[in-house]
Amino acid sequence: MTMTQKILAHAAGFSTVEAGYLILVRPDRVLGNDITAPVAINEFREMGATRVYDPARISLVMDHFAPNKDIKAAAQCKLCRDFAHEMGISGFYDGGAMGIEHVLLPELGLVTAGDVVIGADSHTCTYGALGAFATGVGSTDMAVAIKTGKAWFKVPEAIRIVLTGKLNAWVSGKDLILSIIGSIGVDGALYQSMEFCGPGVATLSMSDRLCICNMAIEAGAKNGIFPVDERTIAFLEEVGAQVPVVFTADEDAEYVSTIEIDLGAITPTVAFPHLPENARTFEGGLPASYSLQGSSSAQDPIGFIPIDQVVIGSCTNGRLEDLQIAAEILRGRKIAPNLRVIIIPGTQKVYLDAMAQGLLRVFVEAGALVSTPTCGPCLGGHMGILAAGERAVATTNRNFVGRMGHTESEVYLASPAVAAASAVCGCITDPRTLM
Amino acid sequence: MGKTIARARVFKYGDNVDTDVIIPARYLNTTDKNELARHCMEDLDASFASRVHPGSIIVAGRNFGCGSSREHAPIALQASGVVLIVAESFARIFYRNALNTGLAIIECAPAVHEAQDDDELSADLTAGVLVNHTKGTRHAVMVYPPFIQQIIKAGGLVALAKTGGLD
Repeated sequence: MTMTQKILAHAAGFSTVEAGYLILVRPDRVLGNDITAPVAINEFREMGATRVYDPARISLVMDHFAPNKDIKAAAQCKLCRDFAHEMGISGFYDGGAMGIEHVLLPELGLVTAGDVVIGADSHTCTYGALGAFATGVGSTDMAVAIKTGKAWFKVPEAIRIVLTGKLNAWVSGKDLILSIIGSIGVDGALYQSMEFCGPGVATLSMSDRLCICNMAIEAGAKNGIFPVDERTIAFLEEVGAQVPVVFTADEDAEYVSTIEIDLGAITPTVAFPHLPENARTFEGGLPASYSLQGSSSAQDPIGFIPIDQVVIGSCTNGRLEDLQIAAEILRGRKIAPNLRVIIIPGTQKVYLDAMAQGLLRVFVEAGALVSTPTCGPCLGGHMGILAAGERAVATTNRNFVGRMGHTESEVYLASPAVAAASAVCGCITDPRTLM
Repeated sequence: MGKTIARARVFKYGDNVDTDVIIPARYLNTTDKNELARHCMEDLDASFASRVHPGSIIVAGRNFGCGSSREHAPIALQASGVVLIVAESFARIFYRNALNTGLAIIECAPAVHEAQDDDELSADLTAGVLVNHTKGTRHAVMVYPPFIQQIIKAGGLVALAKTGGLD
């Protein structure tokens, strides 16, 4: 069995399972946000339910349109707040307690290795970085899970991604995952697990692993997952997570395909509008060693792309390490004229740590603005919407038509290093040329 | 679902129709079905909301419904009057959400390739048959596994859980 299959088998009470089996499992954690939880709560009521299965397993994070952007958004958050109070759910995060959900939950130690986590948010797959099975579901699944404590799954097949070598300076997990999506396409891992392994794993920071698993959904994957190593254990201990239960893939596990990647071959990568698979590099072309299909435009270099806005943050790249990288590039520099640079720490803890390390001062002195934690601009909610004809470089995860604002605006997905370098130059810039 | 889909005209779209164009995030500050329906497909096809009618069918390419987990997407489509989506493939969260909320979906690449805007389609999901009346073709389509049929028979996952079907 693959690592994912082993976790699912265990959670369903079986010794073994096979790809394609439909199983019923008991999730260790169920997550919802201010957009998806209200729908789930309405369905919960519709079922005639009066109490939740286990309040301690539920997390409700008000992050998408929070701090409340308008009256309707305020009503949605109020509905969640009232529900949490009524059901005795202490894991309700709003105002000064909130953060972007997928940055917040690992930081609070609410996910550990071996867990099954479902979230009514597609980027729930982030927690695979911790050795958990975590996947996005809809509000109905959330409603049923908080009432019954159960969720159904089809056991997935897996793609094995073998990592060797080490990332070069100013290249990060974001570049790697954009490169992979550029290679296999936005449905390249549809219904499947992306299981990372190989000696290169040990060289990746937890922030990189969280970022990589976060975007597994952008390749259509059910989940992304990393093996549990010393670095994972140290992270889980530091945040005070439950004792990890370590599952490892069998030697003879079956995979639908294997991709081998030399981390040293990855270079800064940017996804052009309007799909995350439109990946390009500054030199042109993705690493040939694993280029499976790749769009024809991937051969073109990035070229001169002037920009109007930069966003550094989100559940993909709103962690302290991301801000440290951005600050290293922006320190002592000014952002380009006529550019808006919005920096969003993922949680209040990230905000405080960034403050303590002087990063916020670096950003403000460079001419950027620093926002309170929110998903805000990533989904075109608030705090940085684009007008028709405007172009943004963002460390977020999607660049669909209209994602950050007007349907005639454009989003280019990039790493914090590329975003910060672009902020300095006013056009998409290779960070290696500045450092 | 688990029933017949009456003959209706087709709205045809391409690959990777994402949830942000099915229902843009700027309208997600409500859960009102009718309000969501008014903005359904707005960023992809501004005339959709005015042309769609009860019983409509959508045909699209690969990876329909990719992107976010927002159940507002199948909700908006159903509230618009869409009763069936035929695609080459569906993004997995949309697939779940459609089954869980009772929106009929069929994966059938040959039917997608031949279908054009305004073709007339009908389907019998129990028998696993999809008919393109305009082209005069019949396609065999997959019948759902028993567990999924149970969800469909109950009228969605909420209804199944309500009747103790998950106990």
